[in-house]
Amino acid sequence: MSSQQTLAEALLQHGVTRRGFLKYCAGLASMMALPSSMIPRIAEALENAVRPSVIWLSFQECTGCTESLTRSHSPTLESLIFNVISLDYHHTLQAASGHAAEEARINAMEKFDGQYLLLVDGSIPVKDDGVYSTIAGMTNLEMLKESAKGAAAIISVGTCAAYGGLPKANPNPTGAVSVADIIKDKPIVNVPGCPPIPVVITGVLAHFLTFGRLPDLDRDLRPLSFFGESIHDRCYRRPFYDRGQFAKTFDDEGARKGWCLYELGCKGPTTHNACATTKWNQGTSFPIQSGHPCLGCSEPDFWDAGSFYKAFTAPPINVSEAVAPVIAGGAAAGIALGLANRMKKARAERQREHFTTEDLKE
Amino acid sequence: MTTIEMLTWVRGPGLVIAIGIFLAGTLVRLIEMLMLGRRKDLSEPRNAASAKYGWRLVFTRFLPPFAASDVPAIAFLASYVFHIGLFLIVFFYVPHITVFKELIGFGWPSLPAWFIDAVTLATMIAMFVVLWHRISDKVKNYLSGFNDYYSWFITIFPIVTGYFAFHRLVLPYNDMLVIHILSVELLLISLPFTKLMHAFSFIFSRWYTGEAAGRKGIKL
Repeated sequence: MSSQQTLAEALLQHGVTRRGFLKYCAGLASMMALPSSMIPRIAEALENAVRPSVIWLSFQECTGCTESLTRSHSPTLESLIFNVISLDYHHTLQAASGHAAEEARINAMEKFDGQYLLLVDGSIPVKDDGVYSTIAGMTNLEMLKESAKGAAAIISVGTCAAYGGLPKANPNPTGAVSVADIIKDKPIVNVPGCPPIPVVITGVLAHFLTFGRLPDLDRDLRPLSFFGESIHDRCYRRPFYDRGQFAKTFDDEGARKGWCLYELGCKGPTTHNACATTKWNQGTSFPIQSGHPCLGCSEPDFWDAGSFYKAFTAPPINVSEAVAPVIAGGAAAGIALGLANRMKKARAERQREHFTTEDLKE
Repeated sequence: MTTIEMLTWVRGPGLVIAIGIFLAGTLVRLIEMLMLGRRKDLSEPRNAASAKYGWRLVFTRFLPPFAASDVPAIAFLASYVFHIGLFLIVFFYVPHITVFKELIGFGWPSLPAWFIDAVTLATMIAMFVVLWHRISDKVKNYLSGFNDYYSWFITIFPIVTGYFAFHRLVLPYNDMLVIHILSVELLLISLPFTKLMHAFSFIFSRWYTGEAAGRKGIKL
């Protein structure tokens, strides 16, 4: 595929009809909460978009994010959109290796200076000068700083790149941090999730191609159109929560009837993501639909927010154990104060001048 | 600090601090009060079984003494509504039960969210009626001080923040939840040192009153 080929040409080459393409644009517009009048504009922008250069850096990660995006079942439009970007560097997917691979990255950076998109998955270790993860002898920290310089924008794919994720979990042995912790002078979009939903990342790419800028973001730098609402608020099991019908174990009657998984540890109420609406695998299902509580994977520090299998309101530490000595201390202090009061009372009694009727006669 | 980090702190270390102060403070105050004892009554008791009257009053004082009071019926009703409402909200809303279950090892069935929602609204209205009565009634107003208004505030604060969180009002849910849990922790920390201590001391004060009256042969 030539790098000058437009998206329309590329899609046509893959046998995508114009009708199918417009349908995709309409779906994208509705998912990003854009008015329908925007559909032609999206279509036009996407059709004429010259394959943007993308450099994809993988740091402390598990490749789950790449798997999620590239293994989305059958050749969907999302995967095609993803395919038509000019992925100039991605060390899991690219054919080149060794010096040739690094050369490809340097070449893309020079050729598309100020224009390329930088996608990052994985967190960046900064402890001990970042020695815990290196590529071609270069630490992740150095590579990120170098590659970010000429980027038009950065998309942090997955919770590790967005918030530090699993590597950052207590006690964080490698000093892992997120992309936004290091790069302060570039527009950054976080597409968190462990892994993130494929359509969300292509949605962000499409938005960038259509409007030439990144979508509106929330405080945690997530696109509002996908992360604006909580899983709980859009969950099809919500009526069971409101009626007080809960599965108590994974195989009880409530679980079989599809009742709310709140008591089994569902983090839906505090988690913002599009799972409940876009779902996974071409809208087939999502964790809650398949009977498992939401882990809260698109929220910062979800690894350290307590057990996955306890209600999110339940204290994440053993409160009773921590408080037991305090109770003993309280009882001791109460007795000590009580005794002090009694002594004061006895002293007052001893010092009291006894006054009788005899005294009045004087 | 992210919202989830804050949430993890208020649910963990924050809760330990609050429950620690609450339990220790309550124990200190109860033990101190009980050890003070009472003045010896040297007179001959008119009724030997006076303790029975003490226990009786602990329960009969739950009923409204309409005949003996000039408090308007609406204020009476409001204080019942808010006490019962508070009890239902704290002990029968499912997110709260999961906290108790974690703390004491067992739980109990919950009431539906829509019912707790209605109870919460009624409780908030009732608490404002009670406040209105405290301000508008000349005698009560004269007798009220910082302790009374502070106690009212720390009681309604968790109810309002909980209601806001449930309905996604004012702030995003997670932020409101942090404020809600902090407000509960403020309540826990303050409880032993304000008039809210009556949550525990009412049993003893009623028993004393009933017992003293019974001893003197007065039927309460």
